[in-house]
Amino acid sequence: MARLLASLPFFIALFLGIFFLWGLNPDRDPNEIPSVLIAQPVPEFQLEAIEGLSVPGLARSDLVNASQPIVVNVFASWCVPCRAEHRVLTDLVEREGIRLFGINYKDQPADAVRWLSELGNPYERIGSDLTGRAGIEWGISGVPETFIVGETGTVLYRYVGPIIGDEAVRKIGTVLKQAGAFASE
Amino acid sequence: MMMFRILVIMVVLLLPPVSAYAVEPDEILPDPVLEARARDISKKLRCVVCQNQDIDSSNAGVARDLRLMVRERLIEGDNDKEVLDFIRARYGDFVLLNPPFQPKTAVLWLTPAAFAVVVLLAGAIILVRHRSKPCADVLSAEEEAEVREFVKAQQAGNRT
Repeated sequence: MARLLASLPFFIALFLGIFFLWGLNPDRDPNEIPSVLIAQPVPEFQLEAIEGLSVPGLARSDLVNASQPIVVNVFASWCVPCRAEHRVLTDLVEREGIRLFGINYKDQPADAVRWLSELGNPYERIGSDLTGRAGIEWGISGVPETFIVGETGTVLYRYVGPIIGDEAVRKIGTVLKQAGAFASE
Repeated sequence: MMMFRILVIMVVLLLPPVSAYAVEPDEILPDPVLEARARDISKKLRCVVCQNQDIDSSNAGVARDLRLMVRERLIEGDNDKEVLDFIRARYGDFVLLNPPFQPKTAVLWLTPAAFAVVVLLAGAIILVRHRSKPCADVLSAEEEAEVREFVKAQQAGNRT
C-alpha cells in the first residue's frame, strides 16, 4: 500500500506529461469545427446564376447527378485569401481536369463579374448566394471553404480556409485522388 | 470642479457595459414573447467564427444570419428544441454552448462527479479509521499514581 502511494507522483507526472504533449501537438487545431456534412448527402439548396455572367447557377441536383467527383468552392470577391487560392484552383482545373463548382457567397454580382474577368473563371457552375442562406446549409463559418463531393452527391471532405501552400495542396490532392477526381486516371 | 469631473468619469467607467448588444434593430421581432425566446435560444448557440461567444453577442456576419434564422423558425411555429436542432443539423454539436451528454462527452460530464465521490469516500474512510481506534477510557493503577504524583509536584511549584 505504501509503495503504491509512493509511486503515485510518478504516475500523476506521467499522466500530465502525456496530456501536455497532446496539447502541444502542432497539428492539433482546437478551433477546428468538425463538419456534420462529411459522409452525408449534400444539403438542399438552389442558387441562381450570377447576374451578368454566362455561367449557369448551382443547385443540389447538379451535385447529385454528377458522373464525377466535384469540388465545391465557396468564394467572394471581397475575400482576400480567395484571390490567392484562385490560382491553385485554376491549376487543378487546367492540369488535373477536376470539375469545379462555385458558391459566390454574399457578393454583389457586379463585383463578382469584375473579379472573375480579372482573374479568369475556372468554375463550371456558380451559384450566387446573396443572402448567405446556402452557406448556412453547408455549415460554413467563413470564406473560403472547399468541399469535395463524391459522384453520388455525398460530401467527402471539407477544407476550411484558402488552399494555398504545399501542405494544403497535398492534402486536397490526396483526397481528390482517392475520390477519383483526376481526369488523367 | 475638476475633481467632480474626474469623479464622474471614474463612476461612468465603472458601470457595467450593458449596452454591448450585437442584435441589430432590424432583427428584433415585433412580438416581445417570441423575441425573448429568440434571445434565449441565441444565448445557447455558439458563434462559429468567434467560437467562445454566443451568437446573441457576436457581431460576425454568420452570427447575424443565424440569429435571423432562429427568428424565422420561431415565426414558423417551431418550439425551442426544434430551433436548436435545426441549427445543430447544420453545424453539429459544436454550436451548442451546453454540450449534450454522449459517450464522447462522458468524461467531460462525469469527471467532476467522480472527483466528488472520490473525495467524499476518502474523507469518510479517514473519519471512520480515526474513530474506530481503540481508546482506553480507564487508567491503570500505575497511571493513576503517576498522575497524582505529577499534580502534586505541580502544586508544590516544582515544575519539571
